[in-house]
Amino acid sequence: MEISGAEIVVRCLAEEGVEFIFGYPGGAVLEIYDAIFKQNKVKHVLVRHEQGAVHAADGYSRSSQKIGVALVTSGPGATNAITGIATAYMDSIPMVILSGQVPTPAIGLDAFQEVDMVGITRPCVKHNILVKDVKDLASAIKKAFYIATTGRPGPVVVDIPKDVTIAKTEFHYPASVQMRSYNPPSKGHPGQIKKAVNLMLEAKRPMVYVGGGAVLANASEQVTELVRMLGFPCTNTLMGLGAYPGTDPLFVGMLGMHGTYEANLSMHYCDVLIAIGARFDDRVVSVPQQFLSSPKKIIHIDIDPSSIAKRVKVDIPIVGNVREVLDEMLSLLKQSKERPDATALASWWKQIDEWRAPNSLYYQPSDELIKPQYVIQKLYELTGGEAFVTSDVGQHQMWAAQYYKFAKPRRWINSGGLGTMGFGLPAAMGVQLANPDADVVCVTGEASIQMCIQELSTCKQYHVPVKIVNLNNRYLGMVRQWQEFFYGNRYSESYMDALPDFVKLAESYGHVGMRIEQPADVEGALREALKLKERLVFMDFITDQTENVFPMVQNGKGLNQMDLPPHMRNLQQGTVAKERDYGNLS
Amino acid sequence: MRHILSILVENEAGALSRVVGLFSARGYNIDSLTVSTTEDPTLSRMTIVTNGSDDIIEQITKQLNKLIEVVKLIDLNESDHIERELMLIKVRATGKDRDEMKRMSDIFRGRIIDVTEKTYTIELTGTSQKLDAFIEAVDRAVILETVRTGASGIGRGERILKI
Repeated sequence: MEISGAEIVVRCLAEEGVEFIFGYPGGAVLEIYDAIFKQNKVKHVLVRHEQGAVHAADGYSRSSQKIGVALVTSGPGATNAITGIATAYMDSIPMVILSGQVPTPAIGLDAFQEVDMVGITRPCVKHNILVKDVKDLASAIKKAFYIATTGRPGPVVVDIPKDVTIAKTEFHYPASVQMRSYNPPSKGHPGQIKKAVNLMLEAKRPMVYVGGGAVLANASEQVTELVRMLGFPCTNTLMGLGAYPGTDPLFVGMLGMHGTYEANLSMHYCDVLIAIGARFDDRVVSVPQQFLSSPKKIIHIDIDPSSIAKRVKVDIPIVGNVREVLDEMLSLLKQSKERPDATALASWWKQIDEWRAPNSLYYQPSDELIKPQYVIQKLYELTGGEAFVTSDVGQHQMWAAQYYKFAKPRRWINSGGLGTMGFGLPAAMGVQLANPDADVVCVTGEASIQMCIQELSTCKQYHVPVKIVNLNNRYLGMVRQWQEFFYGNRYSESYMDALPDFVKLAESYGHVGMRIEQPADVEGALREALKLKERLVFMDFITDQTENVFPMVQNGKGLNQMDLPPHMRNLQQGTVAKERDYGNLS
Repeated sequence: MRHILSILVENEAGALSRVVGLFSARGYNIDSLTVSTTEDPTLSRMTIVTNGSDDIIEQITKQLNKLIEVVKLIDLNESDHIERELMLIKVRATGKDRDEMKRMSDIFRGRIIDVTEKTYTIELTGTSQKLDAFIEAVDRAVILETVRTGASGIGRGERILKI
């Protein structure tokens, strides 16, 4: 029996086991929306802005092992989706975005709501496909899911002209896809893996550096086993948080621009670095030469060959699926009787513990002003590291990353690569729909939250009870921090005047709003909010305006040249970093 | 350093712009680019002449390989190869220049393929350097128009690029 292109779209999604589509209707996708109306397998979530649809699908993907799907109309619907698509692309999130397009005969004629979606998205998708014939539709969608989820994952756009959704054909959903031009690697090269294991066993000052690739490959268990088997120190990148448990004694904290003192120094002074699904990006290694000024051998495991030797040259590259490569390494290590030099390792740990002792995440508590770090600490304590935490971008994001100790992977949901303000709330929606019984908290700031605040309405419609922790310092905090450090306290356009009353705003959307102004009230408010399992609670914490994120590695500086918090300023003068001879630790 | 990349891509709409877009988005150079279908109508072959350090060329080839529509690619500079480019050049051919241009064309093994009372159009093939040399050798004032295809390349001997 012949069915329409629109029905094919919906049938394909059902075949892929898609539970939710996040979308917004419009002229070019009306046929698809009609097909959605006539079935009940795939549920549609009507957002308030297409950016929200894509972020929600993204949060859904990140927090589950399912794939997020967004549906937008042509023209402005498509362009509104771009920020969301680019966000997912930068963080390698598997997603399928279906966009409507004007009818094929109208393409190129500047038709109403026409935009070259395939052209516009080309630099920010893993792949995109314009379907010009209904006969190609099912195979295009199959390909989109296949490409999005295999290899290094990423978003795939399928652009579907309206006449293709009307035209009819027989429906056959391909069982599998074979593409001669796309064969993602899985197993790593056995010789390289063996070399890497030998190097790890020779290490005197080892360091394990774990990125988002380990989360995406579901390799957390393998990472944990490897680190514990060898007793090596481990750091997670912003994207890797949760890949190794945040409370484990072998965990030295996040590294990079706002990494801990011990993580950054161990990364800088190690002699063997094992990089797992991480890409040495500029927020981790600002200047490659600086980073390599302390000599080290680097093992780099990544599924994407182009991530290897892009910024930092490595000694043992291993292209492959992180989980499969680690499985191989673990089995080699289990067979081998050799273990790393215990004396050298103990001496290295002694050094790391000295770096850890001053606690670079210490902040001056206050009875009068709410310290933003304190809010996150309390949130962590009350949820035991088990909540799903989404964030927007800025100081609050860094504090959430520093003070919430993630016990498990896929619990920390943030826009690490693109740094998209407005991500947190819609992403939290997707997370909550994927994990209906979990605590989902959106840590945000008063500036970020306003970039996608309209999604409070979607949350109401679909009973999405996320908890919003708004760290309200009346400033674009990270911008203000940079202006304080680098622009002579000239706070150009970083003060937010005329903020809404967030309590009333939340209430007007039908949610619960709270304003918290006293440190003593923080814990009670969080407790109360977390108890309201069925309601969205907007907690507006009025925080200390002057708080800065420390440690900080300025652009152009090495990981051993941090700006430290006030209680460690004497250390920064060089007693640790300069006078010790790291070369002879063993 | 100058490199010649030979790339087999799926003969699909948009494949060319994906390749070109990658070069501009990542700030790589394209000195020349040629593209046409092959004996297999589902495949196109591109020849891109680019330049950059070894690190950059490595990134370029890795990034190109990442494109879904790129089936296979080789860097011809990795071993012996043959390179040819075609140039059509229209020159003024009046007075003493008329004989001179004929002579120059012969020296460079070109062919005059169109003649008017005032002009010759010369067809010249060779490496890009040879075509450059021809332009250098003739008086700039007589050159009316040039068009070049950009280099095409193929491996020497039994080395082939095929799927």
